[in-house]
Amino acid sequence: MAHGPAKGFTRWLFTTNHKDIGSMYLWFSFTMFFLGGIFALVIRAELFEPGLQIVKPEFFNQMTTMHGLIMVFGAVMPAFVGLANWMIPMMIGAPDMALPRMNNWSFWILPFAFALLTSTFFMAGGAPNFGWTFYAPLSTTYAPDTVTFFIFGVHIIGISSIMGAINIIATILNMRAPGMTLMKMPLFVWTWLITAYLLIAVMPVLAGVVTMMLMDIHFGTSFFDAAGGGDPVLFQHIFWFFGHPEVYIMILPAFGIVSAIIPTFARKPLFGYSSMVYATASIAFLSFIVWAHHMFTVGMPLVAEAAFMYATMLIAIPTGVKVFNWVTTMWKGSMTFETPMLFSIAFVILFTIGGFSGLMLAIAPADFQYHDTYFVVAHFHYVLVPGAIFSITAAVYYWLPKWCGNMYDEALGKTHFWLAFAGLNITFFPMHFSGLAGMPRRIPDYNPLWADWNMISSVGAFLFGAAQLLFLVIVIKTIMGGRKATARVWEGSHGLEWTVPSPAPYHTFTTPPEIK
Amino acid sequence: MNENDNNEHKALQKTVTKLVSLCVAMFVFAVWVMPPMYDLFCEVTGINGKTASQYQAMSADVDTSRTVKVKFVAINNSEMPWAFKPKDYTIEVHPGQAMTTHFIAHNPTSKIMVGQAVPSMVPSNAANYFHKTECFCFNRQTLAPGERAELGLRFIVDQDLPKRVGTIVLSYSLFDVTEQSPDEVESKAQEIANKSAQASANTVQNSREIKTLEFM
Amino acid sequence: MLSNSKRSLVLSVVVGILAVMPVLASAGEWQYNMTEGVTSISKDVYDLHMLIFYICCVIGILVFGVMFVSMFLHRKSRGAVASQFHESLTLELLWTAVPAIILIAMAFPATSTLKDMYDSDDPEIDILVTGHQWKWRYDYQGTEVSFFSNLSTPSAQIDNEQEKGQHYLLEVDEPLVIPTNTKVRFLVTAADVIHSWWVPDLAVKRDAIPGYTNAAWTYVEKEGVYRGQCAELCGKDHGFMPIEVHVVSKAKYAEWLAGKAAQAAEVKAASSKTFSFDELYSGGETLYATNCAACHGGNGEGGVGPAIKGSKIATGGITDHLDMVINGSPNNPMMAAYGEQLDPVSLAKIITFQRNAFGNNMGDSVQPLDIVTYKQGQ
Repeated sequence: MAHGPAKGFTRWLFTTNHKDIGSMYLWFSFTMFFLGGIFALVIRAELFEPGLQIVKPEFFNQMTTMHGLIMVFGAVMPAFVGLANWMIPMMIGAPDMALPRMNNWSFWILPFAFALLTSTFFMAGGAPNFGWTFYAPLSTTYAPDTVTFFIFGVHIIGISSIMGAINIIATILNMRAPGMTLMKMPLFVWTWLITAYLLIAVMPVLAGVVTMMLMDIHFGTSFFDAAGGGDPVLFQHIFWFFGHPEVYIMILPAFGIVSAIIPTFARKPLFGYSSMVYATASIAFLSFIVWAHHMFTVGMPLVAEAAFMYATMLIAIPTGVKVFNWVTTMWKGSMTFETPMLFSIAFVILFTIGGFSGLMLAIAPADFQYHDTYFVVAHFHYVLVPGAIFSITAAVYYWLPKWCGNMYDEALGKTHFWLAFAGLNITFFPMHFSGLAGMPRRIPDYNPLWADWNMISSVGAFLFGAAQLLFLVIVIKTIMGGRKATARVWEGSHGLEWTVPSPAPYHTFTTPPEIK
Repeated sequence: MNENDNNEHKALQKTVTKLVSLCVAMFVFAVWVMPPMYDLFCEVTGINGKTASQYQAMSADVDTSRTVKVKFVAINNSEMPWAFKPKDYTIEVHPGQAMTTHFIAHNPTSKIMVGQAVPSMVPSNAANYFHKTECFCFNRQTLAPGERAELGLRFIVDQDLPKRVGTIVLSYSLFDVTEQSPDEVESKAQEIANKSAQASANTVQNSREIKTLEFM
Repeated sequence: MLSNSKRSLVLSVVVGILAVMPVLASAGEWQYNMTEGVTSISKDVYDLHMLIFYICCVIGILVFGVMFVSMFLHRKSRGAVASQFHESLTLELLWTAVPAIILIAMAFPATSTLKDMYDSDDPEIDILVTGHQWKWRYDYQGTEVSFFSNLSTPSAQIDNEQEKGQHYLLEVDEPLVIPTNTKVRFLVTAADVIHSWWVPDLAVKRDAIPGYTNAAWTYVEKEGVYRGQCAELCGKDHGFMPIEVHVVSKAKYAEWLAGKAAQAAEVKAASSKTFSFDELYSGGETLYATNCAACHGGNGEGGVGPAIKGSKIATGGITDHLDMVINGSPNNPMMAAYGEQLDPVSLAKIITFQRNAFGNNMGDSVQPLDIVTYKQGQ
């Protein structure tokens, strides 16, 4: 029954195998991560010292915009979808995803979307330059003509994510092995289930907002144009109604990954499994009622301002529950510190620091001073880089032996970790200081008052970038060869994915496993 | 086995149908529900300071014990070359008292232009207590080349205006909407043409009369 | 696993950073915290910021403390044996309830400060602040005083040809002036895209949105110069539209305001004066640098906007040139209508300069009176 993959390029073009598609998603995201990283390094190089040295302000704006778009939609989201493709069927005892052909399609439209988006660099007017949040009217009446390519790119990305999310929900709801009840599912599956619902709820809203932009630009409507009875603030409300859940889309699967890794290396079951599930669900729910905290300075009435402040502060509670559960899982365990565990611990610490600055930002009066400064940049990089990027890295180290059958080089892995950890903190911690000292974000040049912090940040950024090159080397080296991995791989690992041999055969669980 | 497969297939279809509908519903929600809902929300709460449309009822009681300062602000969008100013910077009114004022606009260009004034109010929650019975902002304004116009505004401040509000700022941002208003431009051009035709007809008639007089 | 030597290395680096931090901060160069500012609101905001920061520190020390103790004690290399407990309703309830109580306690002072920030009613002075790409315009309501505030840092400093001044990119040609001990309200709006008017020392940050008028207010007791920047991405020169607020005594303010009004009258009078070609051309050079160069390039070579050098408009008929500058471009919203933004004298100087600079050499000139006639005449 089981047969191997087809040969040659057509294997990848026509594949419906969840493992092949998962690998393609991961490699695509890795490529985008480097592209977005190059943009980030251009930004950091320009900001190394005051004055304009390397790029012009208009190109700088294109860099910040494309860095944001590519990291969010090209690197983080596809990486999580890739992990979902690889792991969810194996974790719930399913032979493949529920809709394998759609799976192929949802991946293959992505490269076209990003080709469309990046091709704008070579067009008159240049790439999008209005920030990844593309506030109207800067992104409509005052945008370069290439904005239309941006809009279609976002549409395709949205369709891809929606198809991916439908597939994941359909798989989790319909393909579980007999006996795999919802409350027995690994937390990674749970967090992805909730994430997929978030995606289905908000990606259409993103598609809606860019469609409205398209109509404003080309078809004479005025959704966001004050002159025609529209409202630029409406844009921000709709955008952040998408944007805030989007932030959680980039962090909930990370919670799932860390909840798998910490118990493995603490050799102790996850503490408070059910409270973790409920906390994830409450975070997802809260994400729909806090969007306007991104807009505290737009001049909302006092009542709305206060209501959004209170709702935002509430998020600290379920997030706190998660952190406390992870720490308690470690307590009285029998811990070892392999690379995935190091990344996971760093995740818990640094994500919590990002959470603290998030709590500070929630205090509306203080936000008047923080808003749109480097303090905000520090905040969201502290939640996204250790949050999304570190968890994805941890996941790769954790499951790579299962994927390719070889162990990675532990010494190199740890070197990668320490370089990345140092690079990250040297890059982003000083941004708290420059932001509090008054440096606005998205500026290509600045007063020497903030020069020292910026210089440190730039050095850190190059260190962080170099660390990721080492990561690439480690991954390739592991795929090429290395110590053979056992089926269990880790001493403390539990779950269905560890019951199949390493590397996992092309087809797994063609007959459903028995769940006790 | 077959039946089992069939059931599974049906369950899967059901899930996918539900998810796709949810997706479509959210898109509809974003494009067709959120904007009107936002407008309604703003109107009810006065949130974005947009003052509601024309007010019909005239209230009778004037609360002379209280005076409210109303300040007027004129703002030009950067594409708008008109001169645009309020006649009065500040007016003091009693709640309930109907007041009339106007803004002065002048089109200095050689083209027919159409402007739209967008109102905004500080504090924003005063918008619910500020009733306009007549306002140039209800319609687009068309000015001929070189034309100067007084744009009228008639309003009443509600007696229920919260006590802590002592001053209200009413600002108008003027936008150039000539390109979006071909009908207005057309009718203005017609009007100008008629006027000049009439004017020249008058001249001809006058000159004839003179001639007749001469011959008499 | 960290060896002992590695651990002590990490520890000493951390301790070193912590020890050096205050020293660096006190050196003055290294500002690392929010300004306390000069108004009662900015001080309240600062206190809130510090309060929530300390709360976070305490929670952080507790959580990370437990974590580090666990990482030290409960490691396999020390022979730790894993317990198997994995649930405790008491703990879950406890760590839900305690943060909730802290948050409720935080909400009270935050709400009261927020209320104060929103209370902009009954000011003594109203100033309309309008964001333009890429400069601020200030209109003192009820007076004739109205002006643009442009970046005054020379481009040679930006291009690293000259040493950067102390207020590099935070200095303007015409600062906003307000009196001490006076409630001043800022009516913040925009004429093109969204900007945000931010002066950290006043704790005032309000988005400037086209079609909206937002209010913020301040009451400053201390004379001084307070600087800020635009805080919302507004296009190419977002980083180059600073704010400079001079707070002066009431007497000085009255004097300044009278001077400004006289200046405005003077400009009005000058509109009927005839200028020599050289006066127009050399005056136009500086005005071009502040008003046009951002888009059309310092040497008229173009950039975001089309080139002036050899352009159809600047080397064509004067009427078309007047129309473009005074009324703006009908096709491109970025070319604003300058007729209402600049006075006739400045417009005449700019147009004369554009027609004769960069090798355009048209040889003709425009007088302020031509501008006035053009604006009225049609």
